[in-house]
Amino acid sequence: MKRLVFTLICLAACSLGFAREAAPLAQDEAVEKRMVVISEELRCLVCQNESLAASRADLAQDLRREIREQIGQGRSDQEILDFMVGRYGDFVRYRPPLKGTTALLWFGPFLLLAAGVAALVLYLRRRGKRVVEAGLSAEEQQEVDALLRQGIEENRS
Amino acid sequence: MNRFLLPLGIFIVLVVFLAIGLNRDPREVPSPLVGKPAPAFALPLLHKPESSFAPKDMQGKVWLLNVWASWCVSCRQEHPILVELAKSGLVPIYGLNYKDPREDALKWLKQFGDPYTLSIVDAEGRVGIDYGVYGVPETYVIDKAGVIRFKQIGPVTQDALEKTILPLVKELQK
Repeated sequence: MKRLVFTLICLAACSLGFAREAAPLAQDEAVEKRMVVISEELRCLVCQNESLAASRADLAQDLRREIREQIGQGRSDQEILDFMVGRYGDFVRYRPPLKGTTALLWFGPFLLLAAGVAALVLYLRRRGKRVVEAGLSAEEQQEVDALLRQGIEENRS
Repeated sequence: MNRFLLPLGIFIVLVVFLAIGLNRDPREVPSPLVGKPAPAFALPLLHKPESSFAPKDMQGKVWLLNVWASWCVSCRQEHPILVELAKSGLVPIYGLNYKDPREDALKWLKQFGDPYTLSIVDAEGRVGIDYGVYGVPETYVIDKAGVIRFKQIGPVTQDALEKTILPLVKELQK
């Protein structure tokens, strides 16, 4: 009996040892949150339509580690973004900055829209004019006059 | 006839834009590092881990920095070209062994030949980040002053070597 109790206590102690809480993925939750916010702004260059936050690519993991470390060093979000742009170019940002080389990217769609609207307005005006100008030839005019006269006489009778 | 001219013109412009756009490789992202000094580092050598190499050791020389790894499939494609280039002695090639276990890297060089004057080990890929590496293999042309003058993304092809890299190297060696 004594032995059984002893065994049970041993087993219980063992299971206690195993039943620890799962280790958190990152040490610091606040750092992890900031890292996710920053990496969502960045493109993963290996799989270009995924953000750095979502990508499972090897490089993305390295870059997330880099961001984590830089947050630890007390760098600001802007400094970390500049670090990435300095190495991978504006393409790495999902919202590239407004400057000479990216002006067409930002304003191109509006230019196309303006051109489309201008073309539409021009076309509608021209068509409006064409409808008004579509007059009758002399023969057609005579026919119309004749028909009208006929109608008036029929009404009188 | 005239009324078809405008839509036809717009269509041709669209086709030209699409032809240019679709023929460009979206994987080739222009590097902001071209025209800037090669980032400094000091890394151990692959064959002699106790010694290290730094880009400033190459001051006054034009050289190629080729990022490679034994797990990289397209590195095998460019490797014979690099071996030939090394034999010609036109320009020294330095290898950056990227995120690769040492044994694998050494075995790979034994199997396929070693075109590198020396290879340096970037086990954690940190120097790779400094150089904006995102797809191995990548090759940098660095001039006498230590400035990156060109970056080849993806394998070095015979075409790229003859038309771009070697003429640039010759120009820089003057």
